[in-house]
Amino acid sequence: MSGVRLSRISKRFGDVTVIDQVSLDIEAGEFVVFLGPSGCGKSTILRMIAGLETVDDGEIHIGERRVDHLKPGERGVAMVFQNYALYPHMTVRDNLAFGLKNVGTDKQVISKRIDEAAQSLEITALLDRRPGQLSGGQRQRVAIARAIVKEPALFLFDEPLSNLDAALRGRTRLELAQLHQRLGATMVFVTHDQVEAMTLADRIVVLNECKIEQIGSPMEIYRRPATQFVATFVGSPRINLLPVTVNAGTDDKAAIALPNGEQLLTAIPMAKLPEGESFTVGIRPEHARIAEDGVGEVTGTAEVVERLGERCLIYLDLGNGHKLTAEDRGGSTVKAGDTCTVKVKSSRAHLFDSTGKGWHAEGE
Amino acid sequence: MTDTLSVETASIPKVKRRKAVDWDGYLFIAPYLALFLLMIVTPLLIGVWLSFTKGDLFGVERFVGFENFARLAGDPIFREVVWNTLYFVVLTVPTLTILGLALALALNFQTRWAAVLRTIFFSSTVLSVTVVTLVWRLVFLPDGGLLGEISEALGQTPVAWLNDPQLAMPAIAITTIWWCLGLPMVLYLAALQQVPRELYEAAALDGAGRWRTLWSITLPAVRRTTMIVIVIEIILQFQLFGQPQLMTLGGPNNATRPIVLFIYETGWRQWELGYAAAAAQVLFAMIMVAAMAQYFVSSRKEEA
Repeated sequence: MSGVRLSRISKRFGDVTVIDQVSLDIEAGEFVVFLGPSGCGKSTILRMIAGLETVDDGEIHIGERRVDHLKPGERGVAMVFQNYALYPHMTVRDNLAFGLKNVGTDKQVISKRIDEAAQSLEITALLDRRPGQLSGGQRQRVAIARAIVKEPALFLFDEPLSNLDAALRGRTRLELAQLHQRLGATMVFVTHDQVEAMTLADRIVVLNECKIEQIGSPMEIYRRPATQFVATFVGSPRINLLPVTVNAGTDDKAAIALPNGEQLLTAIPMAKLPEGESFTVGIRPEHARIAEDGVGEVTGTAEVVERLGERCLIYLDLGNGHKLTAEDRGGSTVKAGDTCTVKVKSSRAHLFDSTGKGWHAEGE
Repeated sequence: MTDTLSVETASIPKVKRRKAVDWDGYLFIAPYLALFLLMIVTPLLIGVWLSFTKGDLFGVERFVGFENFARLAGDPIFREVVWNTLYFVVLTVPTLTILGLALALALNFQTRWAAVLRTIFFSSTVLSVTVVTLVWRLVFLPDGGLLGEISEALGQTPVAWLNDPQLAMPAIAITTIWWCLGLPMVLYLAALQQVPRELYEAAALDGAGRWRTLWSITLPAVRRTTMIVIVIEIILQFQLFGQPQLMTLGGPNNATRPIVLFIYETGWRQWELGYAAAAAQVLFAMIMVAAMAQYFVSSRKEEA
């Protein structure tokens, strides 16, 4: 079990820089998820760690060993691909054994490891089948087993759940979490799905446009998004963003004026905010609740009501060119077209300056 | 409830009963079928019938049963041409298959140079047999030919390739390989481009070296193409005709006379149409057996 250290690594394809001086320390035994939209470079970093892409600048260490000049097979990593990449003409058993045979592992050791991995992933009955005879979920398990038998220093997952249907994805996600607990191995996982990132990660690395936006635990990322991008990318439904003017409130906290003129007091220290900036306020839908008593700060017309069972999402048009998503209890009586008043929990609001940097209440 | 149900059922339009034979489909294949029957099946059957007769171009004299085939079995020249043809097939088909794969592997890159070289290697295929044999006769010419010049430059006596009974067939085989290499190469290139890149990446992560990857990933992935290439080449090369006809006229001393040349000369020079037709049936059977054998061997391997 080893940690991973990326030191100012860069990757260029011709004139296009796809990874720009990224540094990151991953501790031994940690489950790190790279989260970001398509084309943000997250898979490229993973492939650079694996050795499938060359590193133009910087260094990669796995444990104490510098690996960026080594061949993929010499780095001690195992990777699970999005399309599984199982060898189609080999049986499941041969698929699992292939990597071990190549490094000259003893036959009995190979057979023992295969049996153990097959048992833990419940694929023993499939060992003599070919990948073509397996369902998507079974192939996924075989791909994971192929990684496990190598007992690698580092597991790499490249969007391994994206080809599964929703039910299977949820189940496999859970199994991956259990697998990590059982093996205690270092794992790096790439996804564009924030639910996978939030549920699996010890730490999330949010990437956008070839750069790291934020590194933090799932709750840090959610509660204290470093940038407006992180705030909008993580969290479903999306965070509400409204332009505001900021002025000094009581207790040295920043007060904000919403587009409708309503004044709210945040818990964000005024002293830290840069001066002369225009700000955007970020309010998560769970902090904007429909006021049943009609006392609130924002009024709007309900455009769509989404009933999720335990809660309802009300999509409001504020009438001044702005929209707001608010939450209500599951038994909400709000209908589309109704006028609703929203109570904003302004102590949980975030501010973003014109560069997109986030400002939050202290503590939490 | 029952009422509602029956009303609903009644409102569904009745499905037209399936016709026993769907003649519309045959209409679509009719144009090709007519040509196929007229131009391929009919001559084939006439050929089979001719092989049981004695006759020339003016008509069939009489039905002779298996006499032509018995005569073929006892004809030393026919035995020699069968041997020559088999020898030629053994010289060319494996070489074409292996070289085609090797070239495809070497040129399976998305660079401009690879594209130019692919075009160059394929270009020989579009030449006619007349041009190809003319070029290679000049290469093999002992006096002033390319190989002759090279031999002389190296201080060796030039070899008369096409006049040497031992070397004439290999020379024709070399010519044929040069001429026909484009097709196996293109078929293999198409197959190689179908192999998902992730398989190679997975193999690299599994520590497989270059040979191991070729053996365990690439070759199994192009197995079906190998079968197609071998079957196509068996069918093509058994029908060797133009190259010896133009380069050696079957000589020296029948060393390069293949079955088709034998059929041609028997039928159109000696006017023994029945005898030539019988030889053609033997060739047909040989091609059929060889191609089928290859097919069964490969498909059994795939099942195993």
